[in-house]
Amino acid sequence: MTENEIKDKVVEILKPYVRNTDNLGSVSNSTHIITDLEVNSSRLVDVILAFEDEFDIEVSDEEADKVQTIGDAVAMIKAKI
Amino acid sequence: MLKRVVITGLGVVAPGANSVSEFSRLLREGCSAITHQPDMAEAGFNSQVAGSPTGYMENLEQYFTSEELLAVNDLMVLTSRAAIDAWKDAGLEVPDRKSDHVHWDTGAILGTHLGALDTVNTKLLPNVQAGKIRRIGSSAVEQIMLSSLSAKVGGLLALGNQVSTNSSACTTSSEAIIMSYLRIRHGLASRMVAGGAEGRNIFNWAGFDAMRVLSSKFNETPEKASRPLSASAGGFVPGAGAGVVILEDLETAQKRGAKIYAEIIGTALNGGGHRMGGSMTAPNPISVQRAITDAVKAAGIKAADIDYINGHLTGTFADPYEIANWSTALQIEPSELPLVNATKSVIGHTLAAAGSIETVGLLTQMNEGFLHASLNAEDLHEKILPYEKSIVRQKRDASIRIAAKSSFGFGDVNGVMIFRKFEKQE
Repeated sequence: MTENEIKDKVVEILKPYVRNTDNLGSVSNSTHIITDLEVNSSRLVDVILAFEDEFDIEVSDEEADKVQTIGDAVAMIKAKI
Repeated sequence: MLKRVVITGLGVVAPGANSVSEFSRLLREGCSAITHQPDMAEAGFNSQVAGSPTGYMENLEQYFTSEELLAVNDLMVLTSRAAIDAWKDAGLEVPDRKSDHVHWDTGAILGTHLGALDTVNTKLLPNVQAGKIRRIGSSAVEQIMLSSLSAKVGGLLALGNQVSTNSSACTTSSEAIIMSYLRIRHGLASRMVAGGAEGRNIFNWAGFDAMRVLSSKFNETPEKASRPLSASAGGFVPGAGAGVVILEDLETAQKRGAKIYAEIIGTALNGGGHRMGGSMTAPNPISVQRAITDAVKAAGIKAADIDYINGHLTGTFADPYEIANWSTALQIEPSELPLVNATKSVIGHTLAAAGSIETVGLLTQMNEGFLHASLNAEDLHEKILPYEKSIVRQKRDASIRIAAKSSFGFGDVNGVMIFRKFEKQE
């Protein structure tokens, strides 16, 4: 799976949680999930569970804590699949 | 100085009705909203009929953002729909999610009896039992905390006064209205969103079936199953839904030119201490009578001033006692009892939501000048026969100026409210 394919799936998973939908149109690796997309921080727990299901991976709490941007998520997932 | 408290908005999700206008039509037409429930049958209930609201999970984008919809359950949806509808009915604007304006003078007391047992049983329990704690996810707590319903509404309407959930079994939502009334009356809030809800799931009803207090002899004829006041009543029909009223102090309501449905002129809340025949599941008759006399006294009216009683009347052994308690408390002869009907005959017993849904029904009847038929009471219980003239068994036109609502709950707790139609010149 290419990085772009992973990124598209990550954005798709995040979409329902995004409160600032205006910023969805210009998502890049540096887009911050909480500050730019305004995802409620407590919902990151659910987002990580969705990553685990989608990519058939396991993410530890420590790894989850390091995911702040789209790029962080893509890199973490790429290293595991 | 004590404030006068009026009702300026109504909202309801009831069996057979997802709006106040649909509820009014249902009551006018006197059609039973009780239907057969396949999931009760499949689970082996003795009683397989209920007052089950339908269609309320549709068009939710009118009430929630798509992000909010990821973290709401049945109970929160029912309550939020009724609360937002009541808020809009009161002529108030639903706040913009992005605005930082908070209604510091407005609070909410919204109660429930059993909470979100469906969420507990489907999201929490299986994951805990399987040792998959992480899989519970982030939104379980906000959905299973007992204050989920008031908290959700507090956020949707940007409420900055007291926001809490109360619980007193089937007295719950009447208690919520009474506590909200007292808060405004004492000047602690200008406006309150008050009422309660009970979710539609068979977990809420199973315990009652096990107690054999549900109507189980009419599974093939659901429309006949809810029979308050009847000699052939054999238990109540469980239900679900939400009822919400907007209360305001008179000055606040008049200043903004709000439509006023009625004034609350007297209330009482009490308990019977599980004494004198009272128990966890039966009311102490003296406490019921005291609740009635306390409310009448607080209202400053005489028994003869009451035009109509919307009874608690569930279709159990307690109905004849309730009627007798009214007669004793008001110190009147059976022939002098005010007109009485049982809204549960139409929609079943919506548990915690009953008091507020039936209050919406009471105010609708008061404002539209009719009383709905108490269904399935053709064979009155022998102890109710002396009161026959007062039991409304056919829909009729009625000019109601003063009406009373009673609610009684497990735990031996009682709530009584007295409403007076608001005259424009006041």
